[in-house]
Amino acid sequence: MSNLVKLTINDTPVEAPAGSLLIDAAKTAGIEIPAFCYYEGMSLQAACRMCLVEIEKAPKLMAACVVPVAEGMVVRTESEAVVKARKTTLEFLLTNHPLDCPVCDKGGECELQDMVFKYGAGESRFTEVKHHVPEKQWSPVVFYDGPRCILCYRCVRVCNEGMGVGALGVVNRGVVSEIAPSHGDHLECDECGSCIDICPVGALTSGAYRYKTRPWEMEHTGTICTHCSDGCKTTLGTRNGEIVRGNNRDRSGVNGEFLCVKGRYAFDFNHHPERLQAPLLRVDGKLEEVSWSRALQVLVEKFKAVRDAKGNVGVIGSTRTSNEEAFLLQKFARTVFGTNNIDHHRSGDVATLLDALSGKTGALGTSADCYTSKAVLIIGADLSQQHPFLANQIRANVRHHKTPVYVVTPGAVREDKTAKKAVRAGEDWLAAVENLKGSLAGEKELLVVFGDAVKGEGLRKLVALGDSLGIPVKYIALVDYANSRGAMDMGLLPDLGPGYHAVEGKAGLTLPQMLAATDLDLVWVVGANPLKKASLASSKAFVVVQDLFRTETAERADLVLPAASAYEKNGTVTNTCGEVQRLKKAADTVGAKTDLAIIGLIARGLGVNLGKVDADNVFAEIQKTVRGYNVPLPVIVTGGAAQTQPVNGRVPSNVLPDLIRSAGDTLFTTGTLTKYSKVLNEVMEGPGGLYR
Amino acid sequence: MKLYNEPSPLETRVISKRFGTQNSWRVDTYLATGGMQAFKKACEMTQDQIIDEVKASSLRGRGGAGFPTGMKWSFVPRQSELPKYIVVNADESEPGTCKDRLLMEHDPIQMVEGILIAAKAVGASKGWVYIRGEYRYLIDHMDAVMKECYERNLLGKNILGTGFDFDLYTQTGAGAYECGEESALLESLEGKRGVPRIRPPFPAVSGAFQCPTVLNNVETFSTVPAILNGGGKWYAELGTPRNGGTRLVCLAGHVNKPGVYEVPLGMNMMYFLNEIGGGMLGGRKLKAIIPGGSSCPILSAEECDIAMDYDTMAKAGTMLGSGGMMVMDETTDMVKVALRIMRFYNHESCGWCIPCREGTTWLRKMLVRIIDGNGASRDVDLIGDLAQSMLGRTFCPLGDAAALPTISLVKKWRPEFEAYVAKNPFASTELVQVA
Repeated sequence: MSNLVKLTINDTPVEAPAGSLLIDAAKTAGIEIPAFCYYEGMSLQAACRMCLVEIEKAPKLMAACVVPVAEGMVVRTESEAVVKARKTTLEFLLTNHPLDCPVCDKGGECELQDMVFKYGAGESRFTEVKHHVPEKQWSPVVFYDGPRCILCYRCVRVCNEGMGVGALGVVNRGVVSEIAPSHGDHLECDECGSCIDICPVGALTSGAYRYKTRPWEMEHTGTICTHCSDGCKTTLGTRNGEIVRGNNRDRSGVNGEFLCVKGRYAFDFNHHPERLQAPLLRVDGKLEEVSWSRALQVLVEKFKAVRDAKGNVGVIGSTRTSNEEAFLLQKFARTVFGTNNIDHHRSGDVATLLDALSGKTGALGTSADCYTSKAVLIIGADLSQQHPFLANQIRANVRHHKTPVYVVTPGAVREDKTAKKAVRAGEDWLAAVENLKGSLAGEKELLVVFGDAVKGEGLRKLVALGDSLGIPVKYIALVDYANSRGAMDMGLLPDLGPGYHAVEGKAGLTLPQMLAATDLDLVWVVGANPLKKASLASSKAFVVVQDLFRTETAERADLVLPAASAYEKNGTVTNTCGEVQRLKKAADTVGAKTDLAIIGLIARGLGVNLGKVDADNVFAEIQKTVRGYNVPLPVIVTGGAAQTQPVNGRVPSNVLPDLIRSAGDTLFTTGTLTKYSKVLNEVMEGPGGLYR
Repeated sequence: MKLYNEPSPLETRVISKRFGTQNSWRVDTYLATGGMQAFKKACEMTQDQIIDEVKASSLRGRGGAGFPTGMKWSFVPRQSELPKYIVVNADESEPGTCKDRLLMEHDPIQMVEGILIAAKAVGASKGWVYIRGEYRYLIDHMDAVMKECYERNLLGKNILGTGFDFDLYTQTGAGAYECGEESALLESLEGKRGVPRIRPPFPAVSGAFQCPTVLNNVETFSTVPAILNGGGKWYAELGTPRNGGTRLVCLAGHVNKPGVYEVPLGMNMMYFLNEIGGGMLGGRKLKAIIPGGSSCPILSAEECDIAMDYDTMAKAGTMLGSGGMMVMDETTDMVKVALRIMRFYNHESCGWCIPCREGTTWLRKMLVRIIDGNGASRDVDLIGDLAQSMLGRTFCPLGDAAALPTISLVKKWRPEFEAYVAKNPFASTELVQVA
């Protein structure tokens, strides 16, 4: 604990850690010092002059955002001089501000509005002509309205310091200064939209959201982004049932207010015109829309026949459905069909990691560890492309704590810029890490974040190397999508059931084996698209697909059931760090049902009792039966993240490392969903390495 | 190099003694006229001795703020793992000031020697001369001077066999007044946008490239060799207590002999104006004097019988500033003076902070409107109030520089503003309040 300093603010005694800023000390004491340019975690500017306060013995008003607290300091934040200074600063700000609040996207959640309301003068003495420049569009999603800009430089800082991109700067000087992209008239950046969110006024607006609604007309639902596996909370704003905005201004969730382009904009697939709204049944070789009752009737008859005939079944699960759906799917397959032919697209070797860490506690890294760990080693992963939130955490860690980062990747990555050491290594990553051993052992602790190259025996060797460093080491095995981790935890594997227990009986077929098998009678694909780049060898198989769209796999199906998206259901998902978080239903698509409901309806049709099929009930069962998932319910229910406990015991896995392969998405792709996101397709200016 | 004005016999020429002599900027001339003796002397002294000598001279920064130079140097940490740098502020951009260019034109090696002594005093081995972009010709000149200095071993390795190494470079500004402010200058020097930095840390601790830096004006460095040659005590006694030595005053405006003159601190302003400046142009009556560059509050004729030193000027509510003295006679329209000054600061406001950026714009627009005959009776008070609202609330002193002369103009020549407003027949029309 750092030393406390005693000071007085508005006659109230306040204690604050030595070295802390006056503005923060006041805040902890419940005293607001208004500011525009001051932003926690970003570099200091002292530009807006809103936080001027009176400090005894100081010759003039001081900016509270840059003055550290001092013993015996006497501060007044509401004195006559301070009140007048704020009033004139706001009056100055409004001189060239267009006051087009009635048509401004920010109206209602604008910091300038709030400040003027609280601290401003009732009328302005400004009677001159305002300075005006036309609005500019910098990218499909970012618009800049210069006159509204108050030049607080938050956007410049969040882009440069926060994102490590530096796509924004300031041009001109004086009253005609304005924010401008570093590439002249357009942005070449992550298109994350952080600049829009952080803008206190309506100067930066979102192409996806602008002029669609007034903020107070939306309902807000905090749920988990369905794209990558970082598990960011995105607060979806819905208007008349349509999702119109994604952000996370309330800083709930593991990600605080961070979101990448996908979390912020790529909810738009949800309202894509090609969303399936009725089941499709193959009639005379063609898929035709049928009613749900007809579809279920066909399905139940087929399932019954296969079950009774003890036919060969293959079940392919999803990396985006909820834990409850994954759990129920494997339970259905294992109990009703008695098969272990269950798999999903695996993208990280979590099973071997858990086995190698068997008996250890505190060795699984969380997303928070990326920000707090005293050293970070990145192996074989382009974090800023594939795991933007974890990359952001590590950047913030470097920025705030000067943490050493070691990078071992096949190609150049953004982390190189701030890395202590960056080494190029692909398959030979282990040798490269061994070369770094001397430096790594000198650190106080280490967080190892690794991609799909690290698996099987190599992963065991990595953990052994970690053990030999003699410092606490934590690991994060990166996986691809929102619930890739949950799919494994829930036992969507041919050899491992929920909680990584060995399955009863013989291990089933893996995904490639299922596709290659010629004797399957029934293939049940729930929320996956395995036939995107492969074909199904069993030509006689009856293929059932549950999905949002007519994917390549759906085209081969005999029966397609329209599924609800992750934004249309309740449940839980587990991110790449094993943090369980809650999905909340934000929208609805007419005709689509959740995969959980569909499995429940099939069970009911077959007369199978799977227990009460609702998300809460299934989660209760997961908590009881799945190793590591006995997580505190209140944390999850209240929107928090609870990390699963390590599996205490060996994992009897016969992992086939060849099966583990990341889809290698970029910042602007998200598997099959890419195709259905208008924003992602618009902003995809140069896939891959352009923005490093 | 020719001089722009005839020197006056009443000057005390310490740093301008080589001005106007043939080839005064060449190494040979410099060495033949006692140059580099101070540097050699400094090489025999300890760092503390040099700083103490400068402190004893009571030399104060000649850039405008008047901070004691010796004290500034003593703030540079003696033990530092970081390299230390010297930066010369040759971004002479205060309106009315034109002395640094003469120093660089006529006696640049004197400045180089001053830099070397400062470098010796703080342990620096590299420095930059940051020259305003408008002084294009001077940059070429300085480059030629430095080339010769390198050739004659006045710069580079083992300078004059003393074992001391120093490298000096020129750096061009891009035409921003703001970059004369030391921290904005450093940002610009580093290749960034020229906006001021948050202080503390001050440049002495974290300056150029985040390293300890001594940053002084051209004139300040140019004065240092004379101090070491003649001794701090001798130099101090040229001026008045706490206001040591001489300084260059740039006399301009409605006077008979405008020019740059070196006078001891503490000389009476009217004496200077009449005896050295040759009195008012055309025998007209004095109306006002801007004593030290356009940022200073303006003195009315009655206030001008005053000693020109830092402390006396401060007492009179103004500053000695950068030595740019502008004299105005009775024909001067003070409202137009206000607009001219505000136009400059509005144009030069960097835009970083709100009160300066918006305040100078508002004031400029209002002054234009008043001069156009569209003033309102409330405007005169509003000008004063807005200027007060900028004063002391801006990020850097540019806002103060715009506010101070404006406040003094409205206070001292209010009837002129009111006369302009009275030209508008609708001046006192109140805005209709809608209930």
